[in-house]
Amino acid sequence: MTALDNYVAPTSLEQAVVQLQELGEVTILAGGTDLMPQSHAGRVKFKRTLMNIRRIPELRGIAREDDEIRIGALTTISEMMAHPLVREHLPLLVSAGDHFASDQIRNAGTVGGNICNASPAGDTLVPLMVLGAHVELASKPDDTLFRRSMPLPEFFVGPGKTRLAPAELLTAVRIPIPPKGFVARFHKFGTRPALDISAISIGVAGVLKDGKFTQVRVAFGAVAPTPVCGCATEEALEGRKLDAATIAAAAKAAQDEVHPISDVRASAWYRKEMIHNMTKRILEDVSANH
Amino acid sequence: MSQQTIDFTLNGVPTRVSVPVQMSALEMIRNVAGLTGTKYGCGEGECGACTILLDGVSLNSCLLFAVECDGRQVTTVEGLADDPLGRRIEKAFVDAGAVQCGFCTPGMVVQARQLLERTPHPSREEIQRGIEGNLCRCTGYVKIIDAIEAASKE
Repeated sequence: MTALDNYVAPTSLEQAVVQLQELGEVTILAGGTDLMPQSHAGRVKFKRTLMNIRRIPELRGIAREDDEIRIGALTTISEMMAHPLVREHLPLLVSAGDHFASDQIRNAGTVGGNICNASPAGDTLVPLMVLGAHVELASKPDDTLFRRSMPLPEFFVGPGKTRLAPAELLTAVRIPIPPKGFVARFHKFGTRPALDISAISIGVAGVLKDGKFTQVRVAFGAVAPTPVCGCATEEALEGRKLDAATIAAAAKAAQDEVHPISDVRASAWYRKEMIHNMTKRILEDVSANH
Repeated sequence: MSQQTIDFTLNGVPTRVSVPVQMSALEMIRNVAGLTGTKYGCGEGECGACTILLDGVSLNSCLLFAVECDGRQVTTVEGLADDPLGRRIEKAFVDAGAVQCGFCTPGMVVQARQLLERTPHPSREEIQRGIEGNLCRCTGYVKIIDAIEAASKE
């Protein structure tokens, strides 16, 4: 059933990327919260080598670097939520984490794992997108460590598919420290709060100054093969006052620009309705509270 | 199939086992180490019956690879018999009648231990949030929440 016959647990990033380059066929293990059930269900096949990256210190920790917060790929959802830098500058990630699975899974699941799984419904993805996050990738194709980064939306190709190269490791996510007047909201809609995969999710962020909403970012989860930007919704909001007419136009734009599928969690029609109604509700909340 | 030898502490006892690489910590605890207090409910992290502490942090052992226990401290419900807070929670479950079929109880007790360590005096809502990863199909949760609340007040 499985061709898995090798296990490695590198203790440095250098060692990990060298092994990735040499071994070729590698399944990466971080928190394991998806890998274990997915592999049991036969949805993921183990490659020849299982690489446990949890012993790599360079992938841990949260730090401020200039005007960015760098969150190491192995940071668990619980660690992210408890960290003072995140609580101070990125409270959106704290509230998003609060709706993430259960305590036990938040204690094991990692930020990097949630990103690399590339689920259209991944709970950190929409919030990270509206926060303007970049992913940081590392590999060692020859004698030097090669690092590159890209905006998070570009990283996703399809369900479970990313631009991560076969011998590449996601090392961290970088988030610019939000400017003054920044407001952000995340709403996840499912049938129950805990342990549910969202039927839809919405993230909205921007700067509210003198009544006008600018630098607007909107993203939707679970309405497309990847989490997606709500470009038309952004356009309907950018530079405008959040009055009833603007909010109605933005909610309509949101409903029109998503093309969800019908599946076990919700029908396409219902998802579009929810995108409309929840976008409206979020914007009304932003407007009323700032 | 690739076997891996791992060394870890199981309820305070240094332990060495050899396990297949893809084995879960739950399978290892029950079938290799022989401690059957930790239960297999769903095998996909939904029910919490397999909750253990890894370096003092609660996890679903069904989602944890056994090899990840290497070098770490594993505490199961059996290990809480030697722990004052664990004993207090166990007694509170008995006193409140929080056990019916008992299948969820080990996971509930371990998760309650995690909750009360982090939040010694939780509100009822905090208790509900704390155990939202643990399913019970008998009690309706009220007596479990009563028990955790009582344990927090002793």
